[in-house]
Amino acid sequence: MGVKIQYFTRKHLLGIAGLEPPEISELLDLADTYVESNRSPNKKFDKLRGRTVINLFFENSTRTRTSFELAAKRLGADTINMSVSTSSIKKGETLIDTAMTLNAMHPDLMVVRHGDSGAVQLLSEKVNGAVINAGDGYHEHPTQALLDALTIRRSKGRLGGLKVAICGDIQHSRVARSNIHLLNIMGAHVRLIAPRTLIPSGVREMGTEVFHDMREGLKGCDIVMMLRIQQERMQGNYLPSVREFFHFYGLDYEKLSNAKPDALIMHPGPMNRGVEIDSTVADDLDRSLIRQQVELGVAVRMACLEKLIGNLDQPGQGGA
Amino acid sequence: MTGKLIAYTNARLLDPATDLDRPGGVLTEGKTILDFGADLFKDGVPDGAEVIDCSGNCLAPGFVDMRVQLREPGEEHKGTLASAGATAVAGGVTTMACLPNTNPVIDDTSVLEFIARRARKIGLAKVFSYGAVTKGLEGKELAEMGMLSEAGAVAFTDGVKTVSNAKTMRRALGYAKNFNLLVVQHAEEPSLAEDGAMNGGETATRLGLPGIPAEAEVIIVARDIRLAEAVGGRIHFAHISTADSLHIIRKGKERGVQVTCDTAPPYFSLNELSVGEYRTFCKLSPPLRLEADRIAIIEGIKDGTISAIASDHDPQDEDAKRLPFAQAAFGGVGLETLLPISLNLYHTGEMDLLQVIKKITCDPADILNLPAGRLVKGAAADLTIFNPDIGWKIEPDNFASKSKNSPFDGRPVQGRVLRTIVDGRTVFELDN
Repeated sequence: MGVKIQYFTRKHLLGIAGLEPPEISELLDLADTYVESNRSPNKKFDKLRGRTVINLFFENSTRTRTSFELAAKRLGADTINMSVSTSSIKKGETLIDTAMTLNAMHPDLMVVRHGDSGAVQLLSEKVNGAVINAGDGYHEHPTQALLDALTIRRSKGRLGGLKVAICGDIQHSRVARSNIHLLNIMGAHVRLIAPRTLIPSGVREMGTEVFHDMREGLKGCDIVMMLRIQQERMQGNYLPSVREFFHFYGLDYEKLSNAKPDALIMHPGPMNRGVEIDSTVADDLDRSLIRQQVELGVAVRMACLEKLIGNLDQPGQGGA
Repeated sequence: MTGKLIAYTNARLLDPATDLDRPGGVLTEGKTILDFGADLFKDGVPDGAEVIDCSGNCLAPGFVDMRVQLREPGEEHKGTLASAGATAVAGGVTTMACLPNTNPVIDDTSVLEFIARRARKIGLAKVFSYGAVTKGLEGKELAEMGMLSEAGAVAFTDGVKTVSNAKTMRRALGYAKNFNLLVVQHAEEPSLAEDGAMNGGETATRLGLPGIPAEAEVIIVARDIRLAEAVGGRIHFAHISTADSLHIIRKGKERGVQVTCDTAPPYFSLNELSVGEYRTFCKLSPPLRLEADRIAIIEGIKDGTISAIASDHDPQDEDAKRLPFAQAAFGGVGLETLLPISLNLYHTGEMDLLQVIKKITCDPADILNLPAGRLVKGAAADLTIFNPDIGWKIEPDNFASKSKNSPFDGRPVQGRVLRTIVDGRTVFELDN
């Protein structure tokens, strides 16, 4: 029996930026092994039996929190969910106080979502266990990018060389940032399609091509990732109206016809039907990967939990 | 009345105002400079004089810092007049001008007098105050600039806030001109800076932080130069951070507008990359900019577009900085790092020693018309003895400052203050 080289040896998963291709592949390969078991009647393992995972959400979330909770339970860990509305944060306790309090209960891993960019990293510096960033401000949402990558890899057989368009509110999207990093690391070509008001400055230097005309941007694309448009953007003078946005940047069959004939559609959810995506396109089982994304999310999170908790037990593990 | 004589011997005398840089000595009597020069102690020191041997170290006029924030009255947990005085003299600063953003605000002569009285009693660095341009720093009604000026306000500013309404600024400049007063602006268009946490651009985008674009500064600089020109007023821009602002200020000077500006050490020694992984000690206002801006600021200091270097001392306690980046307070302490960071311009060969010291002595004193920053017979004996070459590491835990929020935390530097003298008394001496 040979010794298997471990690539992903970090203590925390705070972002995709800085990861190396073999680390990402290793996480995706491990996640792949859970896809079948998640479809079988007995989904449960005892790999993390006796371990404690805390889901600490300072921002509302149903999908991501549920996905993490299921992932932890399927690996046999004990999980606790803490959400902001019931926590003491509103009583003036600081993020660091909360982290220290929870840390005293010896969780092995904390899954953290916070509205401020960098908040999860700050928390990770104050706790003993591993930390997974489940979304911080507009910074990163690494497990979303990993599940998107797994979804693409399973349907297209690869990531390298693909043309991927990310469309919509790039400015306010941590999903976009994590995907830009991951796709670049894995050798895909990233295009961003949005009006200028929703494209953050300096984004070309992150390895992207920017388009303001959706039809032109979609030409030759293998994957079309749509992002959710928040209603608040209409008030902030980013956009004049929902209908104008849909007219120019909403994904319908006509605009989609500019992409490759076998181009597939993704969306991190929750969708605004008729705002960034036409309902019939979203529900087109031949073109839409949206349901697979949700399904594979659990497998990806199982892989991340298993890896990170496993790394806690390794002496001489890498840094964060 | 005669006082005690002290002879400072074996010094490298520096007086940037007169281009003096040569070995010599200084003789003080009581609170004042009696004499100085190369051959002063040729025939020995006067009888009865105490001798302080400078051992070849530099002896310069005490440093003048034209922009510090005191937290007294109002936020004594972040800093007091006593802690500010102690950190100032530890940095070689003997005269400083404080912003009016205390609580209560310095928009009233009573607050101004309170600070002056307290500072005199503490007896460390001399404290001069800015007066508010607008009441309560609210940007609406003009403060009593004339009366504040009579009570000793050295210039007028809304501190860390921009006088953002163009009409208010125009009237402030016009009214200030009545009394030939200087208006100092923190140039940042609030609607562009709103919610911003760092310089707008690639780094902010990567970190997912809302940006403050360079234009926020440039627009106000351009606007206020036009307004000062129109009313014939005097405008000074504090802590300039961008190349484009300097370009506009140069053009204004060429047209004869009465415009000056200063910068602070972070803007010529750090760039936005120092924010790194959300280092809140590098969350400054204005934000750290691009490397190209940093280089342009150095050029501006060298060519004189930037008249002075101010510490921009802005104490914040741990609770205000140990937060997610967007929520953390802006600002860094700077009094104790003013000399070594400024001297970096000398050690890198950008400027000679005297030129650098000029930016922290007579140049800022001239802008605010302060009786400081020069070696003058009969003037107050405010002196700083320093060694420009000693290497040390900046460790804020050792600062005299109550707050420790330095963006230069951990940085190895050269140049250290050895002794600071205010009114002839040694108020700081470096422990060995």
